[in-house]
Amino acid sequence: MKVQITVNGKLYDKHIPADMLLLDFLRKYGYVSVKRGCDTANCGLCTVWVDEKPVLSCTYPAARADGRQVTTLEGLEQEAQEFGRYLAQRGADQCGFCSPGFVMNVLAMKRELDDPTDEEIREYLAGNLCRCTGYTAQMEAVRSYLREVRR
Amino acid sequence: MFTAKTYQFPESLDKAYELLQQSRTNTILGGCGWLKMTQKRIGTAIDLSRLGLDRIEEDAQEIRIGAMVTLRQLETHPALRQLFGGVLPESVRRIVGVQFRNCATVGASVWMRAGYSDLLTALLALDARVTLYQGGEQSLAQFIEQPYTRDILTGILLRKDGRQAAYQSLRQSATDFPVLAVCVSRLGEEWRVSIGARPMRAALSQSAAAQLKAGLLEKAGFAAAQELQFGSNLRGSAQYRALLAKVLAERAARQLLEKEAAE
Repeated sequence: MKVQITVNGKLYDKHIPADMLLLDFLRKYGYVSVKRGCDTANCGLCTVWVDEKPVLSCTYPAARADGRQVTTLEGLEQEAQEFGRYLAQRGADQCGFCSPGFVMNVLAMKRELDDPTDEEIREYLAGNLCRCTGYTAQMEAVRSYLREVRR
Repeated sequence: MFTAKTYQFPESLDKAYELLQQSRTNTILGGCGWLKMTQKRIGTAIDLSRLGLDRIEEDAQEIRIGAMVTLRQLETHPALRQLFGGVLPESVRRIVGVQFRNCATVGASVWMRAGYSDLLTALLALDARVTLYQGGEQSLAQFIEQPYTRDILTGILLRKDGRQAAYQSLRQSATDFPVLAVCVSRLGEEWRVSIGARPMRAALSQSAAAQLKAGLLEKAGFAAAQELQFGSNLRGSAQYRALLAKVLAERAARQLLEKEAAE
């Protein structure tokens, strides 16, 4: 079917299989920050934004994104790099595989929640699983980052 | 992963219903979280997301939740955070993650009538009604006992009647399915006790409600455990669930009474 999907401000007018997932569409057109993790809508690795809302691209039909704005990490490069410095300072990523989805969700949280508590941060990021870090360093990085951007 | 030959956004519910009847392989899409894990061979995937069913509307008498409203919309809606003791946001906030809840829909969650469903447990306690394209309006309690049909669930209705409620669940880890889910509600002297993830789907315990009406909170949990059936799966045994039912039903009832006293 024919779709028009805007990814990071660029319009893609394409014919796609009816059952194509958004993750596969994005990777096909070079947005390889979007990764396939659990493939069962649990781990958050594949997080992208559709109309500014974080969703799981491994589960979201590409056809449903027709007429919508999709944002990947590639479209938030500056902001992602800024937050990435906090991750690096805290040793908050190791293999890095969960990081794109994690960063996408942190930046979504920054937009959606005003001055979240630790509990609110944990709750918002509960859908991002990491096998490496144990989450403590990630929490520290998020707290530091949010404190800094609010100044 | 399912396959689909074609994908359509029908322009009306009439058209959606017509498409659904054309073939048994035609399927309405919700959030696709569960569907995606099947090997279903879909003829036409029918996407309702352009039919205005993604709205929560209210008037003085009721609140209407469209079938394509996401669990995240439910969770963050200002009116639903206040109504019914805030149990609807409370019931969904532990489901996987924000990203998942931005995809999962109320309509699919209710239509599936799944055992693990937190939302179904809460809605049953709130005496919700469903609206079906063909079947019209009926109580959720009636709907969940019926077999699957080729109808379309279009929304959920809740009366703004001052009902208060409290929700309790136990999970082995933060974002997992519940081992057991309990929602207790009260409207005047009428109590409703809904227990879900038994692991079977949510059911009402009339005997627990009767005990609560008599003011016997400890006996309510015991009554629920005696009346309802529980089963075993990898999250827990039937005996464990029955024990949990006793505790969580009483706990939810106390929580509700404390909330009411505080107001």
